[in-house]
Amino acid sequence: MIEEVLVTLRANPKIDPVLSTWSWEVPLYLFLGGLAAGIMFFAAIMVLANRQREAPFVTEKLVLWTVILLSVGMAALFLDLSHRWYVFRFYTAFRPSSPMSWGSWILIIIYPICLLQILSTFRQGYPNLARRLERFDIGALALDLSERFRRRIAWISIPFALALGIYTGLLLNTLVARPFWNTAILPVLFLVSALSTAAALTILGTSIKGERNLFTQIDFSLIAVEIFLVLLLVIDLSTGSQVQLAALDLILGGRYTVGFWLLFFSIGLLIPILLEGRELLRKSTSAFYLAPLFVLIGGYLLRQVVMNIGLHSSWVDYANQFDPQLLQLLQ
Amino acid sequence: MTGCAAGVRRPGTGELTVSPTICDICFWKCAGIVYKDGGEPWKVVGNPNDLHSRGRLCTRGTAGLGAYLDPDRLKTPLLRVDNNGNQRFKPVSWDEALEFIAARLRKLASDHGPEKLALFSHGSGGGHFKHLLQAYGSRSFVAPSFAQCRGPREVAFKLTYGEGVGSPDRTDMEHSRCIVLIGSHIGENLHNSQVQTFAAALHKKAKLITVDPRFSVPAGKSDYWLPIKPGTDIALLLAWMHVLIQEDLYDRDYVTRYTHGFTELKEHVRKFTPEWAYPITAIPAARIRETARVMAANAPATLIHPGRHVAWYGDDTQRLRAVAILNALLGSWGRPGGYYQQEKVALPNYPIPEYPKITARVQDANRGKYPEAYAGVSTAVFDASIGPDALYKAWIVYGTNLPLTVPGVAGRLQEAADSLDLIVAIDIQPCEVTGYADVILPECTYLERYDTLRNAPERRPSLALRMPAFKPKYDSKPGWWIAKQLGKRLGLGDYFPWKDYTEVLEWQLKQVGSSLAEMKKTGVKVFPRTTPMYFTEGTDIEFNTPTGKIEIYSTQLAKLGFDPLPKYSAHQEPPPDYYRLNYGRAPAHTFGRTQNNKYLFEIMPENVIWVHPTVARKWDLENGRYVRLKNQDGVESNRIRIRVTERIRPDSVFMAHGFGHTAEGLRLASGRGADDAALITNIPHDPIMGASGMRANFVTFLEDEV
Amino acid sequence: MTRYAMVIDTLTCVGCGDCVTACKTENQMPDGLTRDWVVETTTGEYPNLSTEFRSERCNHCSHATCVYVCPTGASHFWRDTNIVLVDSGKCTGCKACIAACPYDARLIMHPEGYVDKCTFCHHRVENGLDPACVSTCPTHCMHFGVLDDPAGKVSTLLRTRNYKTLLQETGNEPNVYYLT
Ligand code: SF4
Ligand code: SF4
Ligand code: SF4
Repeated sequence: MIEEVLVTLRANPKIDPVLSTWSWEVPLYLFLGGLAAGIMFFAAIMVLANRQREAPFVTEKLVLWTVILLSVGMAALFLDLSHRWYVFRFYTAFRPSSPMSWGSWILIIIYPICLLQILSTFRQGYPNLARRLERFDIGALALDLSERFRRRIAWISIPFALALGIYTGLLLNTLVARPFWNTAILPVLFLVSALSTAAALTILGTSIKGERNLFTQIDFSLIAVEIFLVLLLVIDLSTGSQVQLAALDLILGGRYTVGFWLLFFSIGLLIPILLEGRELLRKSTSAFYLAPLFVLIGGYLLRQVVMNIGLHSSWVDYANQFDPQLLQLLQ
Repeated sequence: MTGCAAGVRRPGTGELTVSPTICDICFWKCAGIVYKDGGEPWKVVGNPNDLHSRGRLCTRGTAGLGAYLDPDRLKTPLLRVDNNGNQRFKPVSWDEALEFIAARLRKLASDHGPEKLALFSHGSGGGHFKHLLQAYGSRSFVAPSFAQCRGPREVAFKLTYGEGVGSPDRTDMEHSRCIVLIGSHIGENLHNSQVQTFAAALHKKAKLITVDPRFSVPAGKSDYWLPIKPGTDIALLLAWMHVLIQEDLYDRDYVTRYTHGFTELKEHVRKFTPEWAYPITAIPAARIRETARVMAANAPATLIHPGRHVAWYGDDTQRLRAVAILNALLGSWGRPGGYYQQEKVALPNYPIPEYPKITARVQDANRGKYPEAYAGVSTAVFDASIGPDALYKAWIVYGTNLPLTVPGVAGRLQEAADSLDLIVAIDIQPCEVTGYADVILPECTYLERYDTLRNAPERRPSLALRMPAFKPKYDSKPGWWIAKQLGKRLGLGDYFPWKDYTEVLEWQLKQVGSSLAEMKKTGVKVFPRTTPMYFTEGTDIEFNTPTGKIEIYSTQLAKLGFDPLPKYSAHQEPPPDYYRLNYGRAPAHTFGRTQNNKYLFEIMPENVIWVHPTVARKWDLENGRYVRLKNQDGVESNRIRIRVTERIRPDSVFMAHGFGHTAEGLRLASGRGADDAALITNIPHDPIMGASGMRANFVTFLEDEV
Repeated sequence: MTRYAMVIDTLTCVGCGDCVTACKTENQMPDGLTRDWVVETTTGEYPNLSTEFRSERCNHCSHATCVYVCPTGASHFWRDTNIVLVDSGKCTGCKACIAACPYDARLIMHPEGYVDKCTFCHHRVENGLDPACVSTCPTHCMHFGVLDDPAGKVSTLLRTRNYKTLLQETGNEPNVYYLT
């Protein structure tokens, strides 16, 4: 028998007994960032495939939301910072070894790309707003130029969209001290989920049958890939180290079993794939909004649940003999 | 210093001021240095010139600032007033409080006589009040460190060697090649230089033999851990003597030259074979033989450690006699690695008039019992303070939280308070006993006062100074000031002829060739030894016993009708479903005095009860759950957290002492953990010197309804 | 790079917690926050038992994942050593380093919110002193020094005694050694 206990009470807030350094802000950012990446990606692909006309919602309308979603995500991230007035420090250094540093600089580049992407279809998507913009010479010029280079912009957007999508998973994956995140499947899963949520948003938003149909097909395949990836993730962890096995236990009977399988996996993947499959077979359209809604909720839950599990999974387990809550008496 | 990034905190870059102190968080009295950083309290560290601390303070000493910073400290004198039948305390001025006490004491002296005043004290400031008491006309001082702690060992060693072990203990562990601990958990009790010399022995790979039913900290470091059945130590000690004599392993020269009664001992232990001891102690005979041989192989640098808290079963003087005898057989008394001879500074007292003649002795409270009690027995003084024929009508309680310290008094304090005319409590913090006082006087902490010079027996004689690092917080005052003010009001001003205690210090230091100015700088002054630290080999020594020898056979005990050689007798076993209550120290706390210190609270805010996994299964207990304990007499404890561990025998439980405070003024400590002292209600008294046997109690578990 | 190491003798450590208290006062830590802690491991069944006491803190890893993930350079190696510090003037409180430390050795400073950790008492080390925890330990079980100096205290101990480090398998190359 091995008994390991702390002799001196250790209860550093948010570190003990399990990490709770991040709550909803970071997952929300990861979700919104992924969503924005997915929209960028589809908008660009449709342009390049010359299917802008068939998918006007995503290429012309939804694309505007990339900057909004990103900004909301960034705001959430800002709220998470515990020393937040030093936020400018992200941009007084570039640390190549730090994914978060990459992330913050990528965002700086992505913003203008998003803007260009928006401008390149602005006249079609938001004619009223475009007209206002045209009142300024510079505005008209910008619209003209970006329309002219629409394809080039789309080409540039794709790698950045993918980078952003992967980054949201990579961010966690590279924190090697958290065994649950320590699998290469995670960035891929996050990317596919990002695309799937963007597809789902398109299904929800579009009023054009063809577009909805197309994206239902796309989403169906993406969810299928996701299910496959989740299984891969389980297999990958199960062949991992002791601590990864312990982390896996958290979703195989442990305290996150319900969260992972019932909330994320069932609501986010199983139910929508069934609903979308039914829709594709029978072409039933009655409750078409249900599946994408579930996908979106699932997309957020994926990030939240994976983050919680990761924070919970640890190399060390410090067990207090004394009641850590007693330290509150010091306040 | 440049080249480092700005924005990394660097403590201690403000203007630094340092001043010497003597730690008062426990009674080891380590010399330390107080640092202030930009005028703000920063830290207390050990004084490198000090033999008690060797430049390092223990956990509690390091946390000393917590005592000074404690917002729950006593802030002003408090007087008990009757508010329509409700007793409460009202803040009063020092004048009012002191005058109140003086009036009562004047009346006491004229109505009953001054010898009716008793002083309970513990710790370094007590001296000022002992002085006051003697000037007033009483010599009834009592400290729980005698009958509740190390009295049996002092008496046993005095009977055997003519002198006690003393404090700090004269154990020469840094030179020991073999150390035997019997129920003593050095490391869990953190007496600074004792731990340091113990660790030094470990570093040098000294053999360590630990006798303890619990897998204590030193047990985990031992070459031999003997998990003895509780209460059977004397049997083991006798068997060890048997082996040493039978196998001719004892120090023949030493025994012949210095001891008296070896032949009687040889005869006495003949039948106490290891095979006899095995069924009693549960230590296999071969193991007993092997460990005896290890002791002999390393003798005389083998220390059978005398322990400190040894008031266990009511036959403790006899057990410690066995320890003393075993040391004599190994020839370790007076030898390197065994017991060295201590030396103090010959420090004259400040000249004062002679005390009045006092015939009443504190031993009168023993009412003819405990013939070898050379100091006051706190339980006896307590008993003698109750009832119509009480010997005591007033108490001064200085820094001694009686209910947590003296077992058996918790339930009877009200009775005592009703019987006494006056209880004065002098303390730093509100605690259980202050609640029963008529007047409470707030003393300032050791960091805010001058005090008597520390002149402790040690390897080398030395003096150490305690001086204030800070002005007294709130309306608290130093002990010397309180004693002097009371003296003045009692017409005893002649005994306090100084204006300020620094005059006393200055005078005393001058007599030994130093000065207050020097001591303020150095904190400690070490003097050369004038006597040898060990026996000079081959010379005869006159011991302070009736025979002038080390009395293996105690002529004094024989004369008093006690066993002149220790015998084993069985102790009570736990009844079914009950477990022996074992208690001990935790390194982070001193008795019940430090639980409200925020630094120490932070690392150990409560105590836990250790239970063996089989017990946990039987009672369905799990780690972290709270239970209550009930003892054999139906006394229930506060809630206490379970720790399931293999480190305890299935027939006992263990908890750290000093928790379970009920004094509401202690905002951190109150209600945290359980108090072992309250669960100790079955108390066999040592007939030789009156020690309270504290290990004869059994507890069972109760659900904690929250 | 100068490598500083702490070598802690589990055979003499008694688990007294003095290192924790000394760190708290030396480094003026706010109530309730701690940079070091003591762990006790008991193995076996009564009466065949062994215990080990370990004073733990940041390992000042040679491969400090916390430094690598820090996006602003707030977490950095002090001068050219393995001593890992956090510059509160650069720390945004993103807490990536906390998640990146396999030892959970970092904490969030109260009330400011920047990330804090054991500094190996660099403010003492640069003045030639041992860290506060090392210099107070009443069992003298903690040692501190430069690892690259073959004649130095810590290298000698590591040469002559058995030792281990915590979680070697993380690859962080910890520099707190435990003599066993
Ligand atoms: S042993 Fe510790 S508490 Fe006792 S006097 Fe020394 S430093 Fe203070
Ligand atoms: S122990 Fe953690 S905080 Fe310390 S250097 Fe290593 S990774 Fe960084
Ligand atoms: S090295 Fe300094 S900062 Fe680190 S744990 Fe020790 S005392 Fe604290």
